[in-house]
Amino acid sequence: MRHAILDGVGGTPLIELTDDTLPRGVRLFAKLESVNPGGSIKDRPVSRMITQALEAGKFEGGRRLLDSSSGNAGIAYAMLGAALGVPVTIVVPGNASRERQERIRAHGAELILTDPIEGYDFALREARRLGIERADRYWHCDQYGNENNWRAHYEGTGVEILEQVRARTGGAPDCFVGGVGTGGTITGTGRRLREENPGVRIVSVIPDVFPGIEGLKPLGDPHDIVPAILDESLIDDRVDVTMEDAIRICHRLARRGLFVGPSSGAYVHVALQQAMSGRYPVVVTLLNDTGERYVSTEMWR
Amino acid sequence: MSKAKIRIPTPLRSFTGGSDEVEIDGADVRAALRHLGEKHGGLLPRILDAEGGLRPFVNLYVSGKNIRALNGLDTEVKDGDVLSIVPAVAGGVF
Repeated sequence: MRHAILDGVGGTPLIELTDDTLPRGVRLFAKLESVNPGGSIKDRPVSRMITQALEAGKFEGGRRLLDSSSGNAGIAYAMLGAALGVPVTIVVPGNASRERQERIRAHGAELILTDPIEGYDFALREARRLGIERADRYWHCDQYGNENNWRAHYEGTGVEILEQVRARTGGAPDCFVGGVGTGGTITGTGRRLREENPGVRIVSVIPDVFPGIEGLKPLGDPHDIVPAILDESLIDDRVDVTMEDAIRICHRLARRGLFVGPSSGAYVHVALQQAMSGRYPVVVTLLNDTGERYVSTEMWR
Repeated sequence: MSKAKIRIPTPLRSFTGGSDEVEIDGADVRAALRHLGEKHGGLLPRILDAEGGLRPFVNLYVSGKNIRALNGLDTEVKDGDVLSIVPAVAGGVF
């Protein structure tokens, strides 16, 4: 039986970001992913991964869904797990904000906290370890290696962008700005957009190493875990963004009624640069999650 | 002058030669950070802004307490305290 909440995932609006300083004929659009039921783009891959696993019988015998997350995926797993009757365990670094941890627990999911000093990759390795050593108790969903992650964007996000951009401009995007967390968004969306328009420029936002931007990997250090599903050959260009750049854009967007988190600010910062260059008539990016999730970081003060 | 330790998060260990902990002297957090900066060049601009304040999304804990809830960079450091530099968000994943 399909749960109604799954029908609320995806089908997000495409918002045009108008700006007087944009060159003539250049248009900038962003998908408003914060309107997904879990408040972030993560509902897309998580709903696909969890329903496919359910159909494949992965949770038989009371086995729990296990994965690592810094927040948004954890919330999506907890929310959709509760709706579908799948028990969920999430490994998060202990510095995941209180609002995230409490929301995950509110849905009845189990939280395993790891040492914040050791960073996100440590939580990921811990999830891998538990998935192997306690295979009787856990099924490791592994959003970094799960093909249903990028496929959710290939069949969802990418197709929606093509349809909505065609309806508004009569053409396909010339430039797409995304980033890498699990690699699912840029791989799935990028692949779909490139099939439609082989000349599309695909740009990845690269955050500072510290302080980083929630949800984005800098991928500069040889010790960083590179997601298995990431197809780096799709990426034409990498552009650095600081937290300060991202927050500045978040405040500008909030003044236009768009309340989004730092990774969205980072994407729009880079998307604006691409649009200002005048080389790409239609630039598309994503607004990944709601800004409410970051109140405790004091970014809105 | 108090002797304390400061725990270094993974992304900043490239500045400390891989060490996850550095011994520092200082009567307060500001002095302790100055000492850390003298020992390991390049580290302070990751933590402090141009005006010398804590950068957004960076939290500092003194023996488990966030200095934003204490006296900020003027928070006293006592012998044996353990300071931790922790990003305000968990890093991560979309």
